Order: sequence, then structure tokens, then C-alpha cells
Amino acid sequence: MGTFHQDIEAAIPALRRYARALTRDTETADDLVQDSLVRALRSEHLFHGGDVRSWLYTILTNLNRNRLRSLARRPTLTPIEDDDAPDAAGPEAGGRDIERALAMLVDEQRTALLLVVLEGLTYREVAEVQGVPIGTVMSRLARARVQIKAYLDGERPALRRIR
Amino acid sequence: MVDQVREDELHVYVDGELPADRRSAVEAWLATHPEDAARVAAWRAQAEAIRARYGSVINEPVPDRLTMKRIMRRQRPWGKVAAAAAVAAFVIGSLSGWFAHGVSAAAPSAVDTFTADALDAHKLYISEVRHPIEVKANEDHLLPWLSKRVGTTLRAPDLGQFDLKLLGGRLLPGVSGPAALFMYENSSGQRFTIYCSRLDAARTAFRYDDSDGVGAVRWIESNYGWVVSGPKNKDELKSIASAAYDQVENHTPAPSQGSATQLISRRGS
Repeated sequence: MGTFHQDIEAAIPALRRYARALTRDTETADDLVQDSLVRALRSEHLFHGGDVRSWLYTILTNLNRNRLRSLARRPTLTPIEDDDAPDAAGPEAGGRDIERALAMLVDEQRTALLLVVLEGLTYREVAEVQGVPIGTVMSRLARARVQIKAYLDGERPALRRIR
Repeated sequence: MVDQVREDELHVYVDGELPADRRSAVEAWLATHPEDAARVAAWRAQAEAIRARYGSVINEPVPDRLTMKRIMRRQRPWGKVAAAAAVAAFVIGSLSGWFAHGVSAAAPSAVDTFTADALDAHKLYISEVRHPIEVKANEDHLLPWLSKRVGTTLRAPDLGQFDLKLLGGRLLPGVSGPAALFMYENSSGQRFTIYCSRLDAARTAFRYDDSDGVGAVRWIESNYGWVVSGPKNKDELKSIASAAYDQVENHTPAPSQGSATQLISRRGS
């Protein structure tokens, strides 16, 4: 029991990192983390061993999907990602480019990519988090990388249309 | 000799999942295939940019509200929800519409609007991360308040057999008066709602509809309409609706509402 709580606590900084990259907004990210932690503790009796960290990633991923669905139903309220902010030149520019490139991705692709490159999960672990076969994780990764590359290479209008 | 290397193997290579005995083959391939080498370099640069942008979050101090101490304090009341939901029953006690029942014509447009309202409310509030409900299940005034506004004695059904816990409820505007929305959640985070409002229309059997991945079972009884909504799954939703309906039927209302007994004993179809 103590270990379970300790494992959760140890995962909080990484969950915040994952949520921050998923949402690209500190407040939204921490709301997601908070809700995930509350849910994890509430569902403690359902946790039958395994990797607490993967389980937390799964909960957070699902909550984020719910959040995005809600935004999609109110399209006029979704933030406009890039039209009102000209590309900055300077030290921030690189970070903002990758941020916008991530924003362009379909949610499942962004999730797969972030779990692999930022959180260091294996393909198998990502497959479990997303509830899909490993082959699907790999094609999500591949598509994410193609789109980010195209975005960073300057094919932005085309990407916007795809998204 | 350089073996053929497929693109998915390049991803596996970049992500460090390639078995050691394939690594040298891939590296030999990249040495002679500059386009693939450029792609690999680009993917690595992407990963680097992502880590550069977000990696440092892990070193930030965790805000107070995300500490285990705070989360556990926040979480404690939820334990009581299960107990509250377990003893809760769900009853319509009002007879006010019954005598008008025979003369009130079925109004399909009102019924359609009613169902659409219920689905809209369901879709809107199940995705709400922080405020899915207005009043929590463990707050004593939830049911008296909603009952008063909706105009009938409401209780919330115990759906524990479906692994559903009552989160709480909220009041909404409806097509023919205020509507109550109860929200339930299972342990994997799926949410279901029960929507109830006065609806001057003929009694109906269960009707199932779905759209956009959301399913709903609707019935009308005693000039009140009910909609049970959740993830699209006809059988599951029908079982849940039946359980909710049965609790309406089998839980005798409080003695002061004795006049409701005859209504409660009537069967839906």
C-alpha cells in the first residue's frame, strides 16, 4: 500500500512533463495531472500489480482524449495555434516551432511520439497505454515524424489542411 | 554486404529498440543511403527539440495541489460517495402530470428536443475534467434541490452492479422545464448520465438511439422523460436503464408521498 502511493508520488514529475507536452499549457497540464492522480487513488482497489507509471500514463492519456473531444465539439473556442503569432526569431524560436508542430498532430500520433521520445516508454508499453497493437503505434510514430518534418521544413499550409 | 533496411526498422533504430545484431546492418545501410541518413537525423533532431522544450519540467518543483498529501485529502470524500450511492434509490414521486396523461397528445418534436438536450448535456459534461457536476453526490442538498427544481421527488439509482459510482448532479434548462442530470463514472473513467425532466408526452417503452459514439436509452413515464446516456453499447445501456427503471418501480416512496404508490407499481414496457 505504502509502495503504491510512493510509486505514484515518484511518477508525478514525469506525468507533469508528459501532460505539459500534450497540452502545451501549464494550467491545463496540471489540471490533467491532478485529475489523473485523484482517479488513480480512487481506483486503487482495481490496480492489480504491474507498472504504476504505465497505468498513470494510461489514465492521463484517456482524460486528455476526453478533454480534446470536448474542445472539438466547440470549434469556435479552440485556440488558434499560430495565425496571430508571427514566428519569433531568437532563442525561443526553436522551442515554439516544435510546440506548434506538436499542436498540428492528430492526438494519437502526438501521444505515441511523446510517450516514446519524451517519456522513454517502449513500443510495447505505448501499445498498452493506447490499447492498440504495436504495429499501430509504429505507424502513428512514423506519421507523426513525417508531419513534424514537413512542418519544420516549411510546408505549413499543407499541414494545416491535413489537420 | 548490406541488408535491405525498411523504414520501420529505422524508427526502431532511432528509438533504441533495435536488437544489437541489427544495429550494425542499419548503420552500414545509413552510410550508403544519405536520404535515409538525413531522415534519421531529422527524427533525432525532433526528439531532441521535444526534450529540450519539455524535458526540464521534470525538475520543476511540484505545485502544492499536486502533492500526494493534497490529492489524498481531496480524494477522501469520494470514499463516501460509494456508500451514498449504495444506499441511494431513485424514485419518481410526483403524480402531478398523471391525470393529464390521457389527454396530453404525444408531442414528437418536444420528445426529440428533449432527447437531443439530454445528449448534448451528456456530451458536454462528461468531458469536463474539473467540473463535470455542480453538486457532489455526498452533499446533502443535491437531491432535495434537484427534486424541488424539477418538480418531482428524485433519488439517484444505485448502479454499483455496473461499476458505476454517482459523482453528483446538476440543474439544466430543458424543453419543458428544469432538468436534472446525474453523472456516474466507472473505474476506468467512462461516464454515464441520467437526465430527467418533466415532459408532457405519452408513456413510452425503452427507445435506444446512438450517434457519434454515444448511445442513449429513453423512456417516458408519468409525464417525466428519462434518458440514460453513455458510450455506444446498446446491451449495456439497456441493462443500466432497466436497473434504473426497476429501482424506480421497486423502491416504495416515503409514506408522506403515499399517493405515488400506485404510479410506482405500474410497469413500464
